[in-house]
Amino acid sequence: MSAAAEAVAGESPAHAFRIALVGNPNCGKTALFNALTGARQKVANYPGVTVERKEGHITTPEGRQVSVLDLPGTYSLRARSPDEVVTRDAVLGRLAGEAAPDVLVCVADSTSLRLVLRLMVELKAVGRPIVLALNMFDIAQRQGIDIDVARLSKELGVPVVTTVATRKRGLEDLLAQVDRLMAADLVAPADDPGVWHEPSVAEIRAAHRQAERTLKDCVKPPARPDTLTGKLDAVLLNPVGGILILLAILFVMFQAVFSLARPAGDLITEGLSQASTYVTASMPSTGWIGLLRSLINDGIINGVGSVIAFLPQILVLFLFIIVLEDFGYMARAAFLLDRLMGAAGLHGRAFIPLLSSHACAIPGIMSARVIDNRRDRLTTILVAPLATCSARIPIYTLIIGAFVPAKTVWGFASLQGLVMFGLYAAGITSALIVAFVIRRLFWRGSAEPFLMQLPDYKVPDAMNVARGVWQRGEIFLKRAGTTILSMMILIWFLSTVPLAPAGATGPAIDYSFAGMIGHTLEPLLRPIGFNWQISVALIPGMAAREVAVGALGTVYSVSGEGSALGGVLAHQWSLATALALLAWYVFAPQCMSTLAVVRRETNSLKWPLIMFGYMLALAYAAAFVVYHVAVALGG
Amino acid sequence: MNPPSETNSLAEARKGDRGLVVQVGGEAYAGAGGVDAAEIERRLLEIGFVEGARFEILHEGLFGRDPIGVRLDDLTVALRRREAAQVRVRFVHEAAVAAAEAPAPLPDEAAA
Ligand SMILES: Nc1nc2c(ncn2[C@@H]2O[C@H](COP(=O)(O)OP(=O)(O)OP(=O)(O)O)[C@@H](O)[C@H]2O)c(=O)[nH]1
Ligand SMILES: [Mg+2]
Repeated sequence: MSAAAEAVAGESPAHAFRIALVGNPNCGKTALFNALTGARQKVANYPGVTVERKEGHITTPEGRQVSVLDLPGTYSLRARSPDEVVTRDAVLGRLAGEAAPDVLVCVADSTSLRLVLRLMVELKAVGRPIVLALNMFDIAQRQGIDIDVARLSKELGVPVVTTVATRKRGLEDLLAQVDRLMAADLVAPADDPGVWHEPSVAEIRAAHRQAERTLKDCVKPPARPDTLTGKLDAVLLNPVGGILILLAILFVMFQAVFSLARPAGDLITEGLSQASTYVTASMPSTGWIGLLRSLINDGIINGVGSVIAFLPQILVLFLFIIVLEDFGYMARAAFLLDRLMGAAGLHGRAFIPLLSSHACAIPGIMSARVIDNRRDRLTTILVAPLATCSARIPIYTLIIGAFVPAKTVWGFASLQGLVMFGLYAAGITSALIVAFVIRRLFWRGSAEPFLMQLPDYKVPDAMNVARGVWQRGEIFLKRAGTTILSMMILIWFLSTVPLAPAGATGPAIDYSFAGMIGHTLEPLLRPIGFNWQISVALIPGMAAREVAVGALGTVYSVSGEGSALGGVLAHQWSLATALALLAWYVFAPQCMSTLAVVRRETNSLKWPLIMFGYMLALAYAAAFVVYHVAVALGG
Repeated sequence: MNPPSETNSLAEARKGDRGLVVQVGGEAYAGAGGVDAAEIERRLLEIGFVEGARFEILHEGLFGRDPIGVRLDDLTVALRRREAAQVRVRFVHEAAVAAAEAPAPLPDEAAA
């Protein structure tokens, strides 16, 4: 003990120790990482949530500065997919500019130890001190799984602690063991490559037998096995019933986006128009102050505000997604849709990236890292932005609200919700079709095998859900306050300057830069039914989809059309134009960050360019067809 | 220990079938997305399909009864029948599985 204290005293405080959390997918590594470091990384009940390495910092009870690494889950250090490569390289110290971890914390799902005990055999070959954290110990206790911790520790030759990451239990024990190992000078020099090598099939089998023996010696099977998962799956994975339930869940979700969020959204809109009235009343309309008033009213309240009004819709959508993720439904949905995805030439696991893309294409594209095969992964990445991301919600809701009557059909469904559902269906269907075309025309051949663990269901943790929804809200507001606000100020500026000459007859915006740009572009976009105001909104809309809504708000407001954007559009646009714009938005590549992430993930400029090109072509074609069909039908 | 009996491919198993895994890998495999026979054997092993493991077919998909959900000892794994063809199993009746499940006497207990 005193030796330990001395060792600590002898170290310079700047020297950071490193520990890494490794283990099978979905065993609670990120939950443990969050509990240890206070981080807020995404935790959810399906394998393959974490696809990057994340670093956090803590101080141990003995005062060591320790950096903690959260890593993607894996069954082996063999590393088949890009996310697993990260884990292997971090564990073996192969990452550039990063020493190997001093201590490996092997995280285990206590209810299912077989595979992690096999992984332990590989981890031991790395030659680093290991602590085994039996996580989800609460569930093991509930099920009456009897684990002889002392014996397990003796047989494995490593300290073993029990943890409940979601309740922050067992963290002191874990850190005490980490301290002990660090003090005991067991830590090998950081550049020691270890003796790990890729295990052969014979070695994998031998490791399995070893794990099996350890299990027999130390773990008694559950006295009260989990029956909830079996009962629920009998219904939710029923071949026919399961698919109907999946459709019903999606249907309810999009209905809710409209009906649940409506009142809150209306309240925000109402508040904004009050604010606008107040600003108009309290500031003069001429001179510099008049310009400032116009900036506040037209640029900020009508621009940024019209985007913020969609916050409730986005929160409702995320509430649904996060509850489903936490509950453990995602892996089931992947199971149910595997054949469909397979028919489109997509990997079964592509379902999760595609579903995540409904929140935002960026995490969706990143989660394609769990797909090992490069072509499968590229196909998934290329079609991911076709999924209806939450940034499309403002424009969809705006147009639906203005052009689709708020009627109830079949006695229970809102017509607006149905149109929304249709747009989502259009997004996912087009993703499948594009994938099919890619796999048939360019990359023929079967997609790689689908092998996925189906985790047990868990009752969603209210705190985790609330935190997740809150976090999404924060991200949205932050975007509104940064990207969108700055674009709005720019658009306001372009729409106001140069000022209309004295004695001008038309609205001032006709004389501004924005008016000039819009009128220049109009001929290009007229064939698809877009007027010059839409042309003005689409350019800044390339930065982020929501910007277009704000830009329309500003453009129409500067042109003096009044402030309730939906009402203005209903008067100004034909139904055909509105439908064409919806069709455009299903496909258009209007998001710089997505293209940047594709560039990073594929490490080339070629793929983002291909993505931009094909999406733009599809958008133009779809809007063209929709516009002309609608006009022909009398829209 | 077990009486010699016929083995089947896991790919032919139907919902409710249960038994023991007798062999993983070694069947003809056309390969898929860059995964060859040797690789699929390793992946199956790593996710818990190993000789001696107990299994039960819990779920079947709608189209062509594919994919399948398999209970494997203490976890549930989803896979396509195409890959399941790499796993040979022996179907065992419920009672016989229970007998096979009975834990061998622990060394400690044997000594006591
Ligand atoms: N009851 C209980 N649930 C837990 C515990 N630790 C984690 N969970 C839940 O288990 C699920 C998986 O947790 P994650 O932290 O995302 O797992 P992970 O190991 O990081 O998963 P990957 O990143 O996919 O490898 C989540 O639903 C957590 O809420 C625990 O100790 N007790
Ligand atoms: Mg994780």
